[in-house]
Amino acid sequence: MKQVPDTTEIKIDPVTHTLIREGVPNIVNPYDTYALENAARLKDADPSVNIVVVSMGPEQVRTALKECLAIAADKAYLITDRAFGGSDTLATSYILSQAIRKIEALEGYTFDAIFCGKQAIDGDTAQVGPEIAEHLGLPQVTYAVELSVEGQSCKVIQQGPEYRQVIAVDLPCVITFTQPDFDVRYPTIKRKMKANRAKIDAITAVDLSEIDLTRCGLKGSPTHVKSTFVPVHDNHIVMFEEETVEESAVKLADVLNDAHII
Amino acid sequence: MEAKTKDLWVFIETKEDGSARNVGLELLTPGRTLARDQGGDLVAVVIGFGADAAIAAAAGQGADKVIVVDGEEYQHYNTDAYAGAMTHLIEKYGPTTLLIGATSYGRDLGPRLSCRLGSGLTADCTGLAINPESGIMEWTRPAFGGNLMATIVCPDGRPQIGTVRPGVFKKQPPVEGAAEIIREDFHMPAEEIRTHLLEVIQEAAEEIVDLEGAEIIISGGRGVGGPEGFEPLKEMAEVLGATVGASRAAVDSGWIPYAHQVGQTGKTVAPKLYVACGISGAIQHLAGMSGSDTIVAINKDPEAPIFEVANYGIVGNLFDVVPALTAEIKKLKN
Repeated sequence: MKQVPDTTEIKIDPVTHTLIREGVPNIVNPYDTYALENAARLKDADPSVNIVVVSMGPEQVRTALKECLAIAADKAYLITDRAFGGSDTLATSYILSQAIRKIEALEGYTFDAIFCGKQAIDGDTAQVGPEIAEHLGLPQVTYAVELSVEGQSCKVIQQGPEYRQVIAVDLPCVITFTQPDFDVRYPTIKRKMKANRAKIDAITAVDLSEIDLTRCGLKGSPTHVKSTFVPVHDNHIVMFEEETVEESAVKLADVLNDAHII
Repeated sequence: MEAKTKDLWVFIETKEDGSARNVGLELLTPGRTLARDQGGDLVAVVIGFGADAAIAAAAGQGADKVIVVDGEEYQHYNTDAYAGAMTHLIEKYGPTTLLIGATSYGRDLGPRLSCRLGSGLTADCTGLAINPESGIMEWTRPAFGGNLMATIVCPDGRPQIGTVRPGVFKKQPPVEGAAEIIREDFHMPAEEIRTHLLEVIQEAAEEIVDLEGAEIIISGGRGVGGPEGFEPLKEMAEVLGATVGASRAAVDSGWIPYAHQVGQTGKTVAPKLYVACGISGAIQHLAGMSGSDTIVAINKDPEAPIFEVANYGIVGNLFDVVPALTAEIKKLKN
């Protein structure tokens, strides 16, 4: 899970041409809520399912982890360390894969599946899920909308380029989710109160004894942001402003026709 | 890993019938200039089954070489077979740069590959340029839902890899190709392929929505007001042989299925003509359609941001404008 700024609320400062992040709420990445909902549905069908939610980021991410606990998760871990700051997707996925191994050791079992959102709405890269799969040597299914599990085999409905398709994969595996047809559930008051009291363990670099810190953070990242800028749309618009909008429409149709656009 | 050549590779994604998906061919257009700037050849990499059509198409778009991996296991995309084949080719030939179309399969393959090779990947690019001093690629991509553009570099890892959005670049008219065709006999053992396509869920014929292939898209947003509000748009689409699109607002309201959605969380499109009806033009929507050749905006609000990207605009109620437009188009078509 990733905590992200609600990008629909982001505005550009018209003077400085920079992002105004102040007052923009932080939310659980919407695609991650689809992953959580799919996990919750597996737990609905089989109450022995245990859902652990993991996020990397600063202390403020605890709010988002608590939200996931309130919705459906049984346990939450925060992966946080200054040494992890500035990581690109490859470094992030490396740290997360190390943390997943550590959590397995702490919990005393191995995960059957790792669910992720297809992408985060701030970075939009869709890279961390498949990269975790590669680090852990697991098969992956991306763009999933829902799934069913029978024993060790899993049938995933995937949003393909043209059609939806059913993909078979064995557990353990990594699955990344896009928007399903069903709504995600809201937390109950009871779960909310329980989540507020929940203790969330932090995992830092010292807890990950096997981690190679040269592969973490800014220095461990093969890609770097060279510059950022605000996009400007440089277009010349022709407005049709005849007596009536119907006349404007006729004129527009004529122009499009003359230009062989229609 | 180290690059062995200065070549630039373009991954040509294939369909089940062995033809190429458009985006791979589109990428050969900037690929030619970039390969030259980089000081190497432009190489198209075709992976598929019975992919002669894709090979010919890539040669016709000016590739210097076409490297082909052909086999039954590549007919339907699967991560293990494709990542295995691509890793084999990259380790053998050592290209400097690899471009992949940012389709759902390209975005599945790219990160798997970059992680295996320990190289950097920049996703969903809309701009590509070789820095003349450093000689490395500068990848430009939208972030924060299109509010911000970022230029990313990968100084050391090779190959530097990027996925590029469909529709950003245009295919060129085919030329007589003199490409060298190199066939690589590489097969992925069945036991190493861990995902299997069981079934394709075909939607009913009238529900197939080919937004990415559409030449004209008539799109509706919050302004259509309800499912029945799409009727005049559908009528215009029928007259023009167009496809109906929608903004997230209309899809989230349940007025039209998700398959019609254009924008950051839907399809990225670049048709010849995009008609936005009652769409205010949230940045997330613009991110998915601003590459269209011609954009027409019809909106009641003269301040709507859609007018900032449109080429033609009418301020007015779409329920007045669209039927009048359809009637005039009908007249012109006769």
